[in-house]
Amino acid sequence: MTSMPMVKAEAVHKNFGRLEVLRGIDLEVNPRDVMCMIGPSGSGKSTFLRCINHLEKIDAGRLSVDGELVGYRQRGDRIYELPDAEVCKKRAEIGMVFQHFNLFPHMTVLENLAEAPVRVKRESRAVAADRARRLLERVGLAEKVDAYPRQLSGGQQQRVAIARALAMQPKLMLFDEPTSALDPELVGEVLDVMRALAEDGMTMIVVTHEIGFAREVGDTLVFMDGGVIVEAGKPRDVLANPQQERTRSFLSKVL
Amino acid sequence: MAAVVVLAIAVYILYTIGTAIGNDRTGLGPHTGWLVVEKFLFNGLIFRGILLTLELTALAMLVGVVLGAILAVMRLSPNPVMSWVSWLYIWFFRGTPVLVQIFFWFNINLVLKSIDIGIPFTSLWLHGNTNKLIPPFMAALLGLGLNEAAYMAEIVRAGIISVEHGQTEAAQALGMDRGLVMRRIVLPQAMRVIIPPTGNETISMLKTTSLAFGAGVTELFTRQQQIATATYDVLELLIVASIWYLVMTSILTVGQYYIERHFGRGATRQLPPTPLQRFRRMLFTFHAGPPAPPELVPAGPAVPGSEHR
Ligand SMILES: Nc1ncnc2c1ncn2[C@@H]1O[C@H](COP(=O)(O)OP(=O)(O)OP(=O)(O)O)[C@@H](O)[C@H]1O
Ligand SMILES: [Mg+2]
Repeated sequence: MTSMPMVKAEAVHKNFGRLEVLRGIDLEVNPRDVMCMIGPSGSGKSTFLRCINHLEKIDAGRLSVDGELVGYRQRGDRIYELPDAEVCKKRAEIGMVFQHFNLFPHMTVLENLAEAPVRVKRESRAVAADRARRLLERVGLAEKVDAYPRQLSGGQQQRVAIARALAMQPKLMLFDEPTSALDPELVGEVLDVMRALAEDGMTMIVVTHEIGFAREVGDTLVFMDGGVIVEAGKPRDVLANPQQERTRSFLSKVL
Repeated sequence: MAAVVVLAIAVYILYTIGTAIGNDRTGLGPHTGWLVVEKFLFNGLIFRGILLTLELTALAMLVGVVLGAILAVMRLSPNPVMSWVSWLYIWFFRGTPVLVQIFFWFNINLVLKSIDIGIPFTSLWLHGNTNKLIPPFMAALLGLGLNEAAYMAEIVRAGIISVEHGQTEAAQALGMDRGLVMRRIVLPQAMRVIIPPTGNETISMLKTTSLAFGAGVTELFTRQQQIATATYDVLELLIVASIWYLVMTSILTVGQYYIERHFGRGATRQLPPTPLQRFRRMLFTFHAGPPAPPELVPAGPAVPGSEHR
């Protein structure tokens, strides 16, 4: 196992105008680990995830994935923002799954999965389609290759979205409340897919309200509030024995 | 009841005008007007005019759509210079009459004797006489196309912003660059919003090409005018032209339906049936009893910028 963390954040700051959304985030995620993030609405969880793949620019601090800065390059003491093409190359290594799935509605399930590998990585159609089929089998949707997203249930759409991200063979997967938009009876099927992915050794950061999932699957649990990490540790410890008052009061509301 | 009254009034008006035109050339006996219409309906000069009308429509729309799409993307660009230039273009070309613009291009050779395009301080220069560069057809095409681009820019822009931002984010997260996101993800979805008003623009353009008359382009309207001036069959030739305009716009309307259907893919769980399928189903249900449940039809969002000059 390498000693280099997959994700390393040092004093990451992010403002929207006057609003300080991230006020110094420090954390490390080791390869093959699953980090779960919890915290009240507006605490900056989504913003932090979006900084990791440079959908948002950070205002201060350092953020690196697999040993390379995200969106920037360091030369000597100075840090330069990378051109669009370089940022895209980096993003292609990081999968992201959204609360509202965001599948491409004008494409079939297969096209959703093959689009980026073909257009971004210049894979041949046959290779991309082949992997797409295998991934769909893995998320239990082999029979839906030719369906359009709107013909699928929410749970099925989210499983396709996970497969779409995996089709790029990412080093890291980011999940932003992947089950929050789902009917309760559909949550399980998505969590099962994520659990299997974690068991296969994928490095994952999961923002979630599913405390049960965090406890069973997470290697670490981070509680965020007001743009800072209030508490982090082994999920069992944080959940059973929170050290901070803010963590305690948040957990008392969600447990 | 109201329908019957409306129908009766319509029939009466049409009958009165119809017989009036029919008896137009009183010296030659009743209904000769319609014989004149029939005579010129398939006239060779009229056909050549139709061809030119179609050419002008297609080319002006091509200029309008391509330039309009570029202007729309510029308008939405984070670069303020880009969006400002685009805004200025739209402001100018939407704010002046098309006929003025056609006349402008037609008359520009009076002030501008020649055009030189090239790279300064090199010998790479293109020299062109504007008389040859901007013949009547080109003047009409420029006038119509550049004006259309301003309208299409607003239509395309409305289409682009109708696509949910999550689509762009998901595509970016997969590593697609800005061009790919626009081409493969945003524009195809924007089409559903862009196509209906573009169809209307095309139909409108087909009729607006008659303004090329002002530049002396011998399209359908100019042709019928020329014949009418020679034969004095003014109303008859206007009817001939109207019939052909109606035929062409009708064909475009049907074409538009199928294009909209194509870009509606994935928008609903089922594609709406084609008119032919609908007809077959009607026959079938006629034999089989109760009618089929109504189909889901994609809701056409309202689009700004499709209002007419
Ligand atoms: N693009 C933006 N412009 C301005 N403010 C923003 C923007 N994005 C997020 N914010 C603000 O930043 C804060 C943090 O938002 P963020 O979405 O990261 O919270 P969150 O922890 O994910 O909350 P939730 O649990 O509701 O998803 C909020 O106050 C939000 O209003
Ligand atoms: Mg969020």
